Amino acid sequence: MTAPTATVTPGVTRPATRRSYPTAWWGMAVVIMTEAMIFAILLASYLFLRAASKQWPLGDIELPTLKFAVPFSFVLWGSSLPIFWAEASIRNGHVGRLKAGLAISFVMGLSFFFFTLYDFNELHFGWRTNAYGSIYYTIVGLHALHVFLGLGINVVVQIKAWMGRYDRGRYASAEVFFLYWHFVDVVWLAVFPILFLSPHIR
Amino acid sequence: MLNGRAGEANRIAGVWWLMFAMATVVYVVVAAFIVVAVVRGRKKKGGDDAASAAGGTGPKDDTFIWFGGIIVPVLILGVLAVVTVNTTEVLRKPQQDELRVQVTGKRWWWDIHYPADNVTTADEIHIPVDRPVDIEITSDNVIHSFWVPQLAGKVDAIPGQVNHLRLKATDPGTYRGECAEYCGIEHAHMSFTVIADTPVEFDRWMTRRRGSAGLTPTSDEMDQGQLVFTREACAGCHTVKGTQATGTVGPDLSDFGSRRSIASLTVANTPANLSRWIADPESIKPGNLMPPTALSDADRAAVVAYLEGLK
Amino acid sequence: MAIVEAPPVGESEVGELWEDAPGLPGFFSTVDHKRIGMRYIYTCFFFFFVAGLMALGMRAQLATPNAKVLGPELYNELFTMHGVTMIFLFNTPVLAGFGNYLIPLQIGTRDMAFPRLNAFSYWVFLLGGIFMYSSFLFGMPDGGWFGYVPLVSKTFSPGLNIDFWGLGIVFTGLSTTVGSINFIVTIFKLRAPGMSLNRMPIFVWSMLVFSFMAIFAVPAVTLATGLNELDRLFGTAFFVPALGGSVLLYQHLFWFWGHPEVYILFVPATGMISQIVPTFSGRPLAGYLWVAGSLVTVGFISFGVWVHHMFATGMPAVAMAFFSGVSLIITLPSGVQFFAWIATMWKGRVRLTTPMLFAIGFLLIFLLGGITGVMVAVLPFDWQVTDSYFVVAHFHYVLNGAVVFPIFGAIYYWMPKMTGRMLSEKLGKLSFWVMFVGFNITFFPMHILGFLGMPRRIYTYDNGLGWGGLNAMVSIGSAIFGLGTAITLFNWVWSRRKGEVVGDDPWDADSLEWSTTSPPPHYNFAAIPLVASRHPLWDQRPLPFAESGDEPDTSGLGIQGAVDRETPVTSGIDTRPEGNLEIPHETYLPFVLALGIAVLFVGLLIQAIVVGVAGVALAMMATLWWAWRTEEDLPPPEIEPEAPVGSAAGEVTTTTAGPGEVTE
Repeated sequence: MTAPTATVTPGVTRPATRRSYPTAWWGMAVVIMTEAMIFAILLASYLFLRAASKQWPLGDIELPTLKFAVPFSFVLWGSSLPIFWAEASIRNGHVGRLKAGLAISFVMGLSFFFFTLYDFNELHFGWRTNAYGSIYYTIVGLHALHVFLGLGINVVVQIKAWMGRYDRGRYASAEVFFLYWHFVDVVWLAVFPILFLSPHIR
Repeated sequence: MLNGRAGEANRIAGVWWLMFAMATVVYVVVAAFIVVAVVRGRKKKGGDDAASAAGGTGPKDDTFIWFGGIIVPVLILGVLAVVTVNTTEVLRKPQQDELRVQVTGKRWWWDIHYPADNVTTADEIHIPVDRPVDIEITSDNVIHSFWVPQLAGKVDAIPGQVNHLRLKATDPGTYRGECAEYCGIEHAHMSFTVIADTPVEFDRWMTRRRGSAGLTPTSDEMDQGQLVFTREACAGCHTVKGTQATGTVGPDLSDFGSRRSIASLTVANTPANLSRWIADPESIKPGNLMPPTALSDADRAAVVAYLEGLK
Repeated sequence: MAIVEAPPVGESEVGELWEDAPGLPGFFSTVDHKRIGMRYIYTCFFFFFVAGLMALGMRAQLATPNAKVLGPELYNELFTMHGVTMIFLFNTPVLAGFGNYLIPLQIGTRDMAFPRLNAFSYWVFLLGGIFMYSSFLFGMPDGGWFGYVPLVSKTFSPGLNIDFWGLGIVFTGLSTTVGSINFIVTIFKLRAPGMSLNRMPIFVWSMLVFSFMAIFAVPAVTLATGLNELDRLFGTAFFVPALGGSVLLYQHLFWFWGHPEVYILFVPATGMISQIVPTFSGRPLAGYLWVAGSLVTVGFISFGVWVHHMFATGMPAVAMAFFSGVSLIITLPSGVQFFAWIATMWKGRVRLTTPMLFAIGFLLIFLLGGITGVMVAVLPFDWQVTDSYFVVAHFHYVLNGAVVFPIFGAIYYWMPKMTGRMLSEKLGKLSFWVMFVGFNITFFPMHILGFLGMPRRIYTYDNGLGWGGLNAMVSIGSAIFGLGTAITLFNWVWSRRKGEVVGDDPWDADSLEWSTTSPPPHYNFAAIPLVASRHPLWDQRPLPFAESGDEPDTSGLGIQGAVDRETPVTSGIDTRPEGNLEIPHETYLPFVLALGIAVLFVGLLIQAIVVGVAGVALAMMATLWWAWRTEEDLPPPEIEPEAPVGSAAGEVTTTTAGPGEVTE
């Protein structure tokens, strides 16, 4: 046997020098990877169905209208900005600004959510009409569900902020929410062009 | 599938024998490596410990991995890639003067149609040898797969899509085919026969099918059978050319008497089996879609005589 | 040996801090990764033997031509449930079970990153299994484990049984996804100081690849079966050709998961082999970086081969040639691993213990399965053999031989750690030989049956096709194989009580799980080991353990961490301590949440809105409660660490003996 040696690389227990994200944040990051895959596969299915049919949208379904879709898309994407602000604020312990940022983002997200409901209401085809209807409602609806959940978490974080459960260095659940909300916005960056813009291009 | 009777099956059998030879060599050599590695290591006497064993004799670890894991496999895979491309290139290509056969997978039988001659039959496909055949395969229900191992590889029968299997039989004969995609309860009994005839025989067969020969009852019993057949539920699902029976749910029976089997090779085509089949299909092919037909013994015998007479 | 510095409290007292409540409350509320891991393994083996009995039933039917042992309905149900069970309820979760048990021990931490989520993924798996198997009462799914549309559409399969299958896959997929998320974060954030990525045991690497593959692949099968359920339950038209849907879309989605899934199962199995072979060769694994790299490469390439399951669907030749090529290339990383194992044995001194026998059996079987795998990648050859018994033979060589054999090896290898007792080597070797012989008698003749034209999934075959003799042989082999597995089952039950009691490291292995007691204490390590080698137990003798520092970042490293029920969090790449993770106490939340989801699925199944809403409400309540408590489980507010590099907290502090050695 070789002589036992207890060697440790010097400094292995030296702490990291940067404050890093909590494990929950990393967990959310991985959740987002798998969620992103769900949307990616759905969008690929949309394109597959489109490639497999002679006409798109199928049947006599109208092209998606952009009158409201464009402005409200920008509202949704814009709702990430107050979240960036809120994140920077709570890092420095400004709970008040956190609350304000959350509230602004909430209103923007909510208005987008209402747009989706309005859009569904205006469409002249349904989920069951044909494969186009099925995939359209599924993708937009799944995204709307994510927005809705995000709004719910937004409220929970807001309440926690009001109850004084956050301060400098102690805001893990808020941080997780921030990441999630950015994801909801980024997904729309893929959904919007494919579902709303691409059918206009022949 | 190794005793091929058509171009595609023969090419693939050739690919197989090449791969088999390579595989045998690879398996023997690598298995020998494993055995030697195990035995070699065990023979070493004690004294040297883990650390010195790590630096022990023999080729370097990386040498093993480079040769066994990278270089040799790349050579083998290179050969296979070339073989794949070469073989695929020549198979299933459209040819001049093809005989078109439309095959539709049903639950659980095969509908066969020759569009040029407007002839329809079931479960038995006649083709001429040495003439290219384009089999157009589809389904109007679930997915099936068309497989005649002695002639060619598989082609799926997919609803909403027509797939082509192009082949040329080299020898006259009878070749068994199977449904190779699980398609429900009676997937096991969805076999069929491909009969490769000499061109002369094929033409004779086709001429007879095109005309009305063999469709007229030749005895009183057959006459009675035709009457019962068209009167009872039979006609709702089956077609016999030239009669009022024009159903399309079940197989076309215009040449039933000449077929070798009942219910897609489930049982031999004998009057006794047919009688049982009509009375109680469930006892022969459980789960099949043909309902039992309640007929008097005499009526059933008449229908049997009628159908067996359709040649 | 003695502990240099006396711990602040006695070990038994620390143990009490971690102990679960006794009896049922503890059973439903535990978050201990070892208990959950064992539970996974037990549950999975239950399903394994059920699926095995189903296979024996099928073989009884196929032993003779035109047999009437089972009717077509029952046969079709059995082969469907056999496949579903082996893939979704045995292979995938049992590997997650081993991962659960072993990963925290192998990387030197006290639990998983999300212990409650861990419990949750087990409950979801269990309830998903019960959900699928409750179809037993109503008629089991019979659409094949892959359930191609339109066969499993409402039109052609109106019964509830298909919904059990479709919803069940979505349900158990949730478990795999959540488990994988947990593995990834655990492996990246909880490794002991010094265990850089290139020092991780290969099994940890393999579980990391498993997890990444799962989170990217599972969504595809969730959508395939989920969209089909939408078609079935809500009348959408994804897979209805008449309404512009596509039945091939289903196949693309299914196999986009299905092929990576093969590697999801295979990669951790090879990870186990890469632990067993070096241990019993008495030397480090040859080509560690080659092997780790192969695992990662396989993970990537496996996402580009799915179309080779669809070569008969009439796709353009160019597309098929591409996928044929990629399918050939994917053999390279496996070849690399194969020769790494051979090289390891070549220059080591092989001890033929039971785990090693299973490893060698694996090598011989996988060699054949790999070779036939290359063959079916060759496009024209695949046209002939796909959906024939040749393919049945091929994938059983891969999924049974090359996954189940390593799992059995792993049982023999790690049981001493899990229970503190050895399995009987005598019975183990007997079990191996019976399994090995039975396996080959069962599956080798199937290759030939494929050549003789026997298609898959037929419940009977006619006399005079020349298939009878070989089928009889296969059936006899399957009974022998079944007997072999039963010997191991008996061995486990017997050894649980009577097995030889062992010390910490009965095999002279190199990785950290062998540095703690057998079975490990609830907290795994009183003090976290400090790693400076790829083989800490071989190269670092005695193994150094950390002491708690004064800084909040390092306070969890030593015994104080075990007292405080926390485990250190380290930076993902270079494993510097950066904080502590509070290990949550027992809680019913995971069970309640899983139950809520189960109720939702039952509601979907029976199309009862009330039940579905009740399920959602229950799940929402549990989620809110869970989210509400997040901060309570985090360490108190900390000051931005701006400690100068190399400060006092960074000094190497070691005790020379781990608590596991106290008794010596």
